[in-house]
Amino acid sequence: MRRFALIAVPYLWLLLLFLIPFVIVLKISLSDVALARPPYMPQLDLSTGWEGLKAFFAELDFENFTFLTTDDLYWKAYLSSLKIAAISTLLTLAVGYPIAYGMARAAPEWRPTLLMLVILPFWTSFLIRVYSWMGILSTEGVLNTVLLKIGIISEPLMIMNTPTAVYIGIVYTYLPFMVLPIYSALEKMDESLIEAAEDLGCSKLAAFWLVTWPLSKNGIVAGSFLVFIPALGEFVIPSLLGGSGTLMIGKVLWEEFFNNRDWPVASAVAVILLLILIVPIVLFQRNEQKAREAEG
Amino acid sequence: MRRFSWFNATSLTLGFAFLYLPMILLVIYSFNESRLVTVWAGFSTKWYGELFRDQEFLDAAWVTVKVAVFSSTLATILGTMAAYVLVRAGRFLGRTLFSGMIYAPLVMPEVITGLSLLLLFIGIGLDRGVFTIVLAHTTFSMCYVSVVVSSRLSSFDRSLEEAALDLGCSAFEAFRLVTLPIIAPAVISGWLLAFTLSLDDLVIASFTTGPSATTLPIKIFSAVRLGVSPQINALSTILIAIVTIGVITTSIITKRASQAQARDEQAAIRAED
Repeated sequence: MRRFALIAVPYLWLLLLFLIPFVIVLKISLSDVALARPPYMPQLDLSTGWEGLKAFFAELDFENFTFLTTDDLYWKAYLSSLKIAAISTLLTLAVGYPIAYGMARAAPEWRPTLLMLVILPFWTSFLIRVYSWMGILSTEGVLNTVLLKIGIISEPLMIMNTPTAVYIGIVYTYLPFMVLPIYSALEKMDESLIEAAEDLGCSKLAAFWLVTWPLSKNGIVAGSFLVFIPALGEFVIPSLLGGSGTLMIGKVLWEEFFNNRDWPVASAVAVILLLILIVPIVLFQRNEQKAREAEG
Repeated sequence: MRRFSWFNATSLTLGFAFLYLPMILLVIYSFNESRLVTVWAGFSTKWYGELFRDQEFLDAAWVTVKVAVFSSTLATILGTMAAYVLVRAGRFLGRTLFSGMIYAPLVMPEVITGLSLLLLFIGIGLDRGVFTIVLAHTTFSMCYVSVVVSSRLSSFDRSLEEAALDLGCSAFEAFRLVTLPIIAPAVISGWLLAFTLSLDDLVIASFTTGPSATTLPIKIFSAVRLGVSPQINALSTILIAIVTIGVITTSIITKRASQAQARDEQAAIRAED
């Protein structure tokens, strides 16, 4: 009996507040927009019984999804989100790998402190970390002022409200997610393997490419997914740093819902985003499972 | 045989400069007399004064703390239960669905979680406000708690629990007297994680709130949409200071606790000899 209650309480909570809301999104994505409260048709009215239920299902259609394919705003936004997420994942890897490498090769007594320094920004508000770049990148911002004073540039750089600002924002906020898995893979590595490779005639670079890089692959893959997946649906970064010049699907969904009040289309956008996300999520799960099996 | 490497030293220095410089600049400019970002007009704490006189910010801060305390506590209870079910309950009907529902919210875009919860709240006619934000935050943070707790649960020696049961404890007593003290550090870090996630959340709170409740991130977001604001710099500095002190204190406490544990274990080993 107690076991039953233990399972039932979290189970029911998640069913009610996680699964059922999705079913509702799915249903509304098949409905039509209407000038009513709530603003969509048809409404399910159970009091009319079986006939009402049949009429309800007859009115559902894929019109919103057809609409998404005809208006190029949407598929452009999906493509641009995929592109921005992919490029910023590569950039995060390029910035994060040397940091993780430096940490894993630092003296052991330094490592806990370095680890804490990487985790500390993660605990500080995400919104504030994104916001901190607004003062740096804007036209009269710190970066432009400094560069103009030194004389490297004569015109202020226009970084704010461009995709570049979004890349910087994503790399900055998601860096710990990339550094930590790579660090834990590199830290476990036996350094004598490198010495062996060098003794056997490998150059430093060849030893890195042939030994270190493959051994840190699990960390790289895990870190890349941990950046790519949330970056794809990101809302805060494109809306604060990207301006109107950056198209991302999270922002489109938000505007469709709050500004246009088109709930059916917003729901359809959410359903497609979820379908796109299933691929990387399944790949990520598989990678994790393989890593666990390799260790166990 | 550890040689000093210029490459490692440079990459660490540059990496940490990148991580910390933006926040350090934010802190510095919060003490700027001028409203403009780049003009340094002398040291001043006037933006802090303005912040504390702004009733809207104080109200938003209070709402945020209330939501965070309630949701993280609820999430810790539910998440620990869920972790226990995942690791210990064995097979039951719908186990795959259950573990799927635990892991899915971790990778779900916030806009989708927020949208779906809002549509649910409207569908069942629930008035939106503090209560609905608490429900929403509890739902996604319980999943984080359960991941943290279940990794601790699956790593500890189960025979300790069995010994307690053999010695006459009821299942609940064995949990309270043996399991809970062992997993306590994970439960506490789960609570802290849930608390921070709730403090930090903008997107889900924006979807699930009503006109009666504005949280601090919602307030900050609407203030900075149009550009840098010195008041928000001051607020950010306060939040950064709180987090820094919190993280450093926690890490010192856990370090001391693990040292004490190591000492105890060594004493036990010596006693056995």
